[in-house]
Amino acid sequence: MKIKVLGPGCPKCKTTYNNALKAVKESGVQAEVIKVEDIEEMMKYNILTTPVLMVDEVARVKGRVAQTGEIIKILTNKES
Amino acid sequence: MFDWLQHFADWLIYSLFNIGINTHLGQALNFFVYDTIKIMILLFVIVFLMGIVNTYLPIERLKTYLNGTNLFGMEYLLSSAFGAITPFCSCSSVPLFIGFVQSGLPLGITFSFLITSPLVNEVAIALFLGMFGAKVTLIYVSSGILLGSVGGWILGKFRLENLLSDWVKKILANAQHTVTIYENESRSFKQHLPDITRGSWEIVKNVFVYIIVGISIGALMHGFVPEHFFNEYLGSGKWWTVPLAVILAVPMYASAAGIIPIIEVFVVKGVPLGTAIAFMMAVIGLSFPEATLLKKVMTLKLIAVYFGTITFFIILSGYVFNMILS
Repeated sequence: MKIKVLGPGCPKCKTTYNNALKAVKESGVQAEVIKVEDIEEMMKYNILTTPVLMVDEVARVKGRVAQTGEIIKILTNKES
Repeated sequence: MFDWLQHFADWLIYSLFNIGINTHLGQALNFFVYDTIKIMILLFVIVFLMGIVNTYLPIERLKTYLNGTNLFGMEYLLSSAFGAITPFCSCSSVPLFIGFVQSGLPLGITFSFLITSPLVNEVAIALFLGMFGAKVTLIYVSSGILLGSVGGWILGKFRLENLLSDWVKKILANAQHTVTIYENESRSFKQHLPDITRGSWEIVKNVFVYIIVGISIGALMHGFVPEHFFNEYLGSGKWWTVPLAVILAVPMYASAAGIIPIIEVFVVKGVPLGTAIAFMMAVIGLSFPEATLLKKVMTLKLIAVYFGTITFFIILSGYVFNMILS
């Protein structure tokens, strides 16, 4: 599984990224967490507000910090 | 509305701590306790309300609406008003800018949004309410929205498309009026509530230090700077004070939370309100970090035109306020 956190590096984006890392660790799901900070790269996904949490190229949470518990739920639902 | 709080501050400082009501220290401490608590309450309430608005009026929906509806020129005002009520993380401004341009929205309308968005934000509104009252807050908000509309409209007339960065121009060339179908998040208000509360708390927590510092400096000045101190130097009789205040403010990057309590004291001690509002608009609305972000999408020339236009209108509104408010 591939998790991407899109955001140019504001505190909210960093929190989301750290939450994603925590979620992967706690859920035990095999996933890679990538931080996308380049705006040109980000705009390929047609987003408006940051941060965005993407799981396997699908935007799951937009414009707000995704909480660890929430990410775990997204990750584990996907697997089943 | 906040009488109880004043009573509390009076009791705490003058009775419990037994610091004289006529001493500088007593007055400064009283001011500090009263203002800090009041601002915190106002800030949380307003940020929370904005959070609810933002949950139900998402930016994608607004973009689609602006794009698909003919509004006979009102779209600038609307875009600017939306900029005022949608709080977003400061570094979202560039993705937003691209997203708007990409969907085929005219550059001017995008600018309207971009100008008002930092200028009128929930932190500034809460502090204005707490420090200057409802009337001045209303003036600030409505003139901020007006400034965004007019500024965006004028910038739109300049045909600035060729001053965008190359890769943005490429996007612009491929822009199409896409009407994205908005997918409704199937979450109830109850499910949203914890997120909104947490988000509001985060914002309050982040500006807390600035508020404390701002109010402390304000409280010290309040207690120690003599009444009408600034009348002589910065009074309304001097025409150059407005442009000077604005130009001084542009390179100043301060949090609205820190700067507004200090400016309130300047006003109490004799600086005209219009000059003060213009100064705060420039501090809040124009900043170097924003310029650095915009550099990603605009050439330096465009940033200069953009900042120049806004600066001009802020100075203009400063004069207008001084005329109306004196």
